[in-house]
Amino acid sequence: MAQTGTERVKRGMAEMQKGGVIMDVVNAEQAKIAEEAGAVAVMALERVPADIRAAGGVARMADPTIVEEVMNAVSIPVMAKARIGHIAEARVLEAMGVDYIDESEVLTPADEVFHIKKTDYTVPFVCGCRNIGEATRRIGEGASMLRTKGEPGTGNIVEAVRHMREVQGQIRRLQSMQEDEVMVYAKETGAPYEQLLQIREEGRLPVVNFAAGGIATPADAALMMQLGADGVFVGSGIFKSHNPKEFARAIVEATTHYDDHKLIGELSKGLGTAMKGEEMNDETDRMQERSE
Amino acid sequence: MTTIGVLALQGAFREHIRSVEASGAAVVTVKRKEQLDMIDGLIIPGGESTTMRRLIDKYEFLEPIRAFADAGKPVFGTCAGLILLASEIDGSYDVHLGVMDMSVRRNAFGRQRESFEADLDIEGVAEGYNAVFIRAPYIERVGKNTKVLASYDGHIVAAQEGHLLACSFHPELTDDHRLTEHFVKMVEKSKQTLAS
Repeated sequence: MAQTGTERVKRGMAEMQKGGVIMDVVNAEQAKIAEEAGAVAVMALERVPADIRAAGGVARMADPTIVEEVMNAVSIPVMAKARIGHIAEARVLEAMGVDYIDESEVLTPADEVFHIKKTDYTVPFVCGCRNIGEATRRIGEGASMLRTKGEPGTGNIVEAVRHMREVQGQIRRLQSMQEDEVMVYAKETGAPYEQLLQIREEGRLPVVNFAAGGIATPADAALMMQLGADGVFVGSGIFKSHNPKEFARAIVEATTHYDDHKLIGELSKGLGTAMKGEEMNDETDRMQERSE
Repeated sequence: MTTIGVLALQGAFREHIRSVEASGAAVVTVKRKEQLDMIDGLIIPGGESTTMRRLIDKYEFLEPIRAFADAGKPVFGTCAGLILLASEIDGSYDVHLGVMDMSVRRNAFGRQRESFEADLDIEGVAEGYNAVFIRAPYIERVGKNTKVLASYDGHIVAAQEGHLLACSFHPELTDDHRLTEHFVKMVEKSKQTLAS
């Protein structure tokens, strides 16, 4: 009678998060600050991306103690990250009862070729994408939600903007094509043909697409919403700022009222220093290139 | 024409807008309290109830929505919207809008992996209705003037108290618009009553 883990139930969960902010947290205290500030979900991690970047070495799934601590601390959904292609980490997180798994390039990939077959799981997955090819391949594998990859832990919005514009631009190009041109577009982008036909018809991806990777200020969040994001993930931007509580609240409001520039100006006043950003250059370790 | 507002602070408001349009009413996306004056009925969508409550407080929606409901204008809460309407939550009277006489339990069916879809009969509205439950609440008890419309596995999942309608599932996530149509009819009726 009752069916769990259906496509509708998994994608629907992501629909409920729309217009909201999902925040990275590393303990119960931060999770409570996030919930209090109005986050729609938290991502339980051992280290935020900026610290993963600084520490180097192999980044793995968080210690289950931390994930459990966060799950016990808040009533909003809790997400956690598994390494790309790491079927066992994903199954562990599913068994623990996390509400969403991020198969994430922020962690060191376990498989450099294949992603997890996400249709096999009851728990829904979110994956990163830089273009329509990556987006549709992840959906084909069963992702119920997408996000831009951006460049995590840099506090630099430039890559997230590039990825959001790329996906949106490709959808527009697809819509202006004649049907007999779509097959070649499928070849060029590496996107499954049937999915392209559906996106062309509906003018949008079949799942929500959030912004992630480099969001550090309320204005960054508003920018991504204006570019067509359904919501935002903030990784290091909140708890690496000097005033996490105020930053968290301001980013939540800027996401809801992203087109009210006067309000965003008001709530950006006196917030203190944002996280220190990083310029993208040849030396930058690009986490975004860890999968396609 | 009957105009229905969808509270658009956070959550699945785009789907509700689509569903109202399919049911033949005009829609307003409500982000500011002044917009409540433009509408005949209000839908409070699914999303995260704690997030929505914070934004409701921030933008001073709480009293205006209570006044809207007290004036006899219909309000329909789905999932998180149901929690916002309830007069008792998780056994505590620390409530949000508190306009509808019922006690609800949050995340009552469990976490996301326990989320499900199932067929329901909704009294006087629809038989064989495909209902989508996502980290859903259920209603533990209803007041004497609140009518139970649907139950699942012994738990109340839809109810109506006069001009107030609530369900713990997501009617906006399917193409079956019968419950939204029922609400549109409630709004049309109340508009006539309030005008006379």
